[in-house]
Amino acid sequence: MKTVEEIQAAILAAFPAAEVAIELNSSPSAQHSLRLGHAHAVAIATFLRDDAALQFDYCSNVTGVDWLDREVSEKVKVKKIVDGAEQEVEETVKRTVPGYLEAVYHLFSTVHRTGPLVIRMKTANRVDQVAMPSLVPVWRSCEFQEREVFDLYGIQFTGHPDLRRLLMWDEFKDHPMRRDYVEPDDYEYEPTPHDHVQARADAHKTAAEKGAA
Amino acid sequence: MTATIDKKAPGWNRPPVVTADGDAELLEVAMGPHHPSTHGVFRMDVALDGERVVKLKPVFGYLHRNHEKIAEGASYLAAMPYTDRLDYFCSLSNNWAYALSVEKLMGLQVPERAEYIRVILAELTRIQNHASTIGFLLQEMGASGTPLMYAFREREKIVDLFEDLTGSRMMCNYMRFGGCRVDMSEAHLRRAREIVASLPGFVDEYEALLTSNEILMARCQGVGVIKPELAINAGLSGPMLRCSGVNYDVRKVDKYGIYDRFNFRVPLGDHGDIYDRYMVRVLEMRESIRILEQALHDIPAGPVQDVKTKSRGLRPKPGEAYGRIEAPKGELGFYLISDGSANPYRYRVRPPSLINLTILEDMCLGQNVADVVLIFGSVDIVLGEVDR
Repeated sequence: MKTVEEIQAAILAAFPAAEVAIELNSSPSAQHSLRLGHAHAVAIATFLRDDAALQFDYCSNVTGVDWLDREVSEKVKVKKIVDGAEQEVEETVKRTVPGYLEAVYHLFSTVHRTGPLVIRMKTANRVDQVAMPSLVPVWRSCEFQEREVFDLYGIQFTGHPDLRRLLMWDEFKDHPMRRDYVEPDDYEYEPTPHDHVQARADAHKTAAEKGAA
Repeated sequence: MTATIDKKAPGWNRPPVVTADGDAELLEVAMGPHHPSTHGVFRMDVALDGERVVKLKPVFGYLHRNHEKIAEGASYLAAMPYTDRLDYFCSLSNNWAYALSVEKLMGLQVPERAEYIRVILAELTRIQNHASTIGFLLQEMGASGTPLMYAFREREKIVDLFEDLTGSRMMCNYMRFGGCRVDMSEAHLRRAREIVASLPGFVDEYEALLTSNEILMARCQGVGVIKPELAINAGLSGPMLRCSGVNYDVRKVDKYGIYDRFNFRVPLGDHGDIYDRYMVRVLEMRESIRILEQALHDIPAGPVQDVKTKSRGLRPKPGEAYGRIEAPKGELGFYLISDGSANPYRYRVRPPSLINLTILEDMCLGQNVADVVLIFGSVDIVLGEVDR
């Protein structure tokens, strides 16, 4: 199989303006991935599928990943006045790296029997800019899997022919696979509540119900 | 950017929709979630013009319990028994796929004897799954009971062996990262050899009953056809892919475990219809018997797990891995991301049952509503895996 570097070079030869970055995987599996920018994603995917040397015609697995905001601390040199004289002092500055949602695709070739080639795309943030291009026009196998990612992670796939929830019901509000999802605590009916279940049931009672009891 | 769908691309060559002529009205039918042929709780919203299907939308989620979220909250080892509940007909294959992914993530080696035991158990699982699937398909065709009970008679012997070895008939929870939980004793192997020796007779009997049966041929041939280009583009796997003539078997492609040591062939279909799916499964049972004969003959002595391997409190180094096997229903994959902690940051199951249903509507459009039951039955799904 061609290495990710060779595939990246092939993509850049075909689309010089495309954003393609290699992300290394340090685990023993050594399945490195290519991160695609949104603008050329569908064109690159079509290229990966149709190019005679690559022919990744089989998109096996599509999934989402939620990366939360994380705090990184960096050491920065700043000039400060210490004892009347200006000196360079190292200071630790905390910075928040915004979180994002990610879609990961595992591609195989049934012709060359190669794979997996991992391609990934990320959204700008986790809140309001959660769109990315759908790859259903390239691989039909993404149809249900992208619906599932939309359902459980809330990524909006633009260009998906039928983007509806797959596993949760249509009226459901949140996206349960997100890392910061909080389960509602009133989804179960308990006929004989006691202890902490009683306390939880009481918290959901209206004032009228409490008065009646 | 917004992509437009090129309906001429390989994934979208749908047959023309037969629409109601004149002022005829379409009848909307909800097949399921309690329809006896849906193999569990699954719904198809079907629009009918007379008896012909003009629209079919599958509705999922009745059995959804967010298996992936549960596993992300548990340790690596604690997710193993949950994998039994995905495709509960083939828990040992599920165990293997998950163990294989964690082994890829951590670079673990599996002892020789454990690899043989895994092959033996996975191929026995495949035989009982295919026999039962064909039995269910015939049940849906109206052959009430007989073929299914023939299949269950054989399945009983196999699950009895599983019970003796693992403690459970269906929820085996047997494989471990870097090996297996307990060794197969000489008595187990003797029993397995007896079962394998009796299986060719069973497949012959099954074929004598079914293969040239006129009703089966009339109902299955030319129904629910999938073209090879569509099968690849839609990510079908297992017998669903190979019935269209696509030579792609993960056992041959990835050669995971020790599958490169066995001499076996990959059965391929010609037409991609229900009959070919039936035939591919029958031939796969015969090939599995060949693999089993070789594995049971060659199995070496030795440990089934390296004593130094730690199962509990596993903390893989940060990284990710996608591992897959050829499960009886198709390509079963697990995608794991580790952040260095004791539970997976991301745990994803690639369910062959769900993805094989992607083209259910394409196969059913223009067919009679009675054939929808057959087409759906020939896909071979288990709802525990579809909805997770």
